[in-house]
Amino acid sequence: MLIGLDRADDAGVYRITDEIALIQTVDFFTPIVDDPYWFGQIAAANALSDVYAMGGVPKTAMNLVAFPAKEMDLSVLRQIIQGGIDKIKEAGVVLLGGHSIVDKELKYGLSVTGVIHPDRVLAKKNLRSGDRLVLTKPLGTGIINTAIKAALASPELTDKVTRFMAALNRDAARIMAQFDIGACTDVTGFGLLGHLAEMVCGSGTSVRVESGSVPVITEALEFASMGFVPAGAYNNKTFREYMVSFAENVPRTLQDICFDPQTSGGLLISVSETHALALVQALKAGGIKDAALIGEVLAYPEEKIWVV
Amino acid sequence: MAATVDARGLSCPQPVIMTLDEIKKGQSNEIIILVDTDTSKENVTRAAESQGFTVDKVTSEGEGYRISITRGQA
Repeated sequence: MLIGLDRADDAGVYRITDEIALIQTVDFFTPIVDDPYWFGQIAAANALSDVYAMGGVPKTAMNLVAFPAKEMDLSVLRQIIQGGIDKIKEAGVVLLGGHSIVDKELKYGLSVTGVIHPDRVLAKKNLRSGDRLVLTKPLGTGIINTAIKAALASPELTDKVTRFMAALNRDAARIMAQFDIGACTDVTGFGLLGHLAEMVCGSGTSVRVESGSVPVITEALEFASMGFVPAGAYNNKTFREYMVSFAENVPRTLQDICFDPQTSGGLLISVSETHALALVQALKAGGIKDAALIGEVLAYPEEKIWVV
Repeated sequence: MAATVDARGLSCPQPVIMTLDEIKKGQSNEIIILVDTDTSKENVTRAAESQGFTVDKVTSEGEGYRISITRGQA
């Protein structure tokens, strides 16, 4: 076993031979968008992301379904599964089967198996001082989903944020494999700073985040300032604020966004200083237009996060 | 006489929507909002400040909070 429960990483990793290790992960959740087909895509992209975040290549998947069969029409389930299947195909992954149960609340997701070379596993906990931090998707999906619930988001914005959430982290992972990467994770429910805190804990390093460089879905700024911040963001902040210091000039809105829980967010990568610019350029050239350098790993052993 | 918005028992974004609706009516320069979670307290504060209101006072009341806001800067 290379990575298991004791490490609490994005996925478990088990060495089969000197050349091949298995990556296994499972993730499912309740609907975050109204459209069942897009919900299927987002849930699948989110589950696959954990394999990408380990630097691996997903190979097979199994459906996990909980469905309120009495209250809901089966066509809804068909559309969800179709969304999942289409996303799985896009990832070049094979669906092997699955399991469904009747439940009061609808849930969908995947268990995913991938492969990786045992020496090339990208764990969360390998920040190296001097490394630069790169984020590959803009933040703000939790806040915008709250605005969607309040019926305040335009159809265009709803569509835009849906596409961000459904976007695979496959290309980002493939591009990152060509560079000198220290650590990687994907940004999901704990928000940017929550996931960064997981990387920092036990690393013996600290990090500085340049808040002005963090990619943000523009509309999230306005909705955050109006109070459409999900409870999860406040919980994330309460949980990690002992590690985090914001400079006085970082507006509250941006602080909220840094803790905003993301659905199927981007990869958060630490890359050696000499490779950092080239990685961001390669990501942008590869269609990941929002990729940005957002900070730096510092040789301070206090394990703090400074947001400036 | 201050208008009162009772958003107890409701989860976000409902308390924020009710606060913004009351502000947009434009009839009250002073509004009292009752909420029962920390998230609602934080979000109602943001909603009020984004509309040019000032939070005068937040007091614990029962299981929740009583937030009084007034139009204009303090």
